[in-house]
Amino acid sequence: MISDIIAIIRDYWLLLLIGQYPNGPLGGLAATLMLSVLAIAFAFPVSIALALARLSKSPLLNWPVSALVYFTRGVPLLMLILWGYFLVPLVTGASVPSFLTMLVTLVVYQGAFLSEVVRGGIVALGHGQMEAARALGHSYLGAMRYVILPQALYNVIPSIISVFVSTIKDTTLGYVINVPDLTFAASQINNQLLTQPFQVFFILAAVYYVICWSLSRVAVLTERRITRKRAGTAAQATAKSLKLAALTDQPS
Amino acid sequence: MSSFDLSEILGNPEYVSMLLLGIEMTFVVAIGSWVLAMTLALLLLGLRYAPGPVGNAFVTAYVSYHRNVPTLVQLMLWYFGIFTLMPDGLTFWLNDHNAEAIFAVIGLGLCQAAYFSEDLRSGMRAVSPGQLEAARALGHSYVSAMRFVMVPQGTRNALPALINHSVSLFKNSSLAVAIGVAELTYAVKEIENLSFRTFESYLLVTILYLVFSLMIMTVGAYVARRADPVRSGRA
Repeated sequence: MISDIIAIIRDYWLLLLIGQYPNGPLGGLAATLMLSVLAIAFAFPVSIALALARLSKSPLLNWPVSALVYFTRGVPLLMLILWGYFLVPLVTGASVPSFLTMLVTLVVYQGAFLSEVVRGGIVALGHGQMEAARALGHSYLGAMRYVILPQALYNVIPSIISVFVSTIKDTTLGYVINVPDLTFAASQINNQLLTQPFQVFFILAAVYYVICWSLSRVAVLTERRITRKRAGTAAQATAKSLKLAALTDQPS
Repeated sequence: MSSFDLSEILGNPEYVSMLLLGIEMTFVVAIGSWVLAMTLALLLLGLRYAPGPVGNAFVTAYVSYHRNVPTLVQLMLWYFGIFTLMPDGLTFWLNDHNAEAIFAVIGLGLCQAAYFSEDLRSGMRAVSPGQLEAARALGHSYVSAMRFVMVPQGTRNALPALINHSVSLFKNSSLAVAIGVAELTYAVKEIENLSFRTFESYLLVTILYLVFSLMIMTVGAYVARRADPVRSGRA
């Protein structure tokens, strides 16, 4: 069995790594990682905007964002992907590569999740910071920009890494709309070999495990570092982050 | 493209029965894997507290695998991989008994057990050790202190996380479509193929998922409130 696995890796490592790249779209692990990095990079600014909107007192800003957050928490990502597959070409008026469809869906989905993380970080800071900044003459947005967000975003870095890990895991769902990612490459190999499905999917699981496990370790280490740095306010922060962990640490 | 018309789907008995079958299968998979996950989670929790390093190491490895490998890949490994390694007799039996659904329940249940057991563990850890000492000092045996003092508080602490993960388990039951289980997402794809009413069918199923998820959240919030002696007015 182990020799089978080694043989598969030796024969197909390039397909697993970059898909059929020079002759086709970029695929494999490279596509998975690119999709996750781009998704989180676009979702990050979106999430800050959503968090600020959800914290604002104006119901016009507050209400639609709350609805979006409940929507993404209540509907399976798979369903959102199908929506994206249907709506994105309709809106852009052209046929769009499935990679892009998946990216848009992930930005919306993880943007909503991340906005809860950012909001948690802002709320955990307490009123005092905002009041002090306003008293010193900052405008609301100025206080957010220079006082609140730098602290809040720093504190939630571990949760952001957790969201990144679940984004990597979520990219596998692109399989249903044929996004050429790592899972797709593995099922292609499986279709060519036909006789060794266990070995192929074992390799797939192992690759995901190594990536996500290392990133989770990074999250834990960063969390420890941040807790040490903020030892004074740590007692209050852990109570809040317990609740946050339940939200960010979702199976996917 | 014809205009928006939900009655095209809801008025067609064939589509309605497909939807109902899909809902039924979604609940079979979700409830089946929930029960499996909770049972395994309690076993894993027991192993965590068992003396000696072996149980603890096993649970750590179990949780680590199930949290760091995508659920979809776990399902594929079960259905496409492990299924083919099974002895012939078992394979035939499974094929006669909706093997897809059985593997969806196994895959989702095993994955979710890791999350549930971690929720329960962090709930238990949040109970101060002084509680156990006080219960022992008042004459409780270890087991009865666990039964009457520690576990009630621990599960209460774990409730919000358990509810959250129950909702995500329900949502994840949609992944079963990738291994061919005829659940709700499968039904919507079928209906869409037959009726060409993409928008209407997606909208309908999205609303169904949303309503069921919100129902689980509401029931969960009610249970959490009832379990809290302060908020339910029993203390």
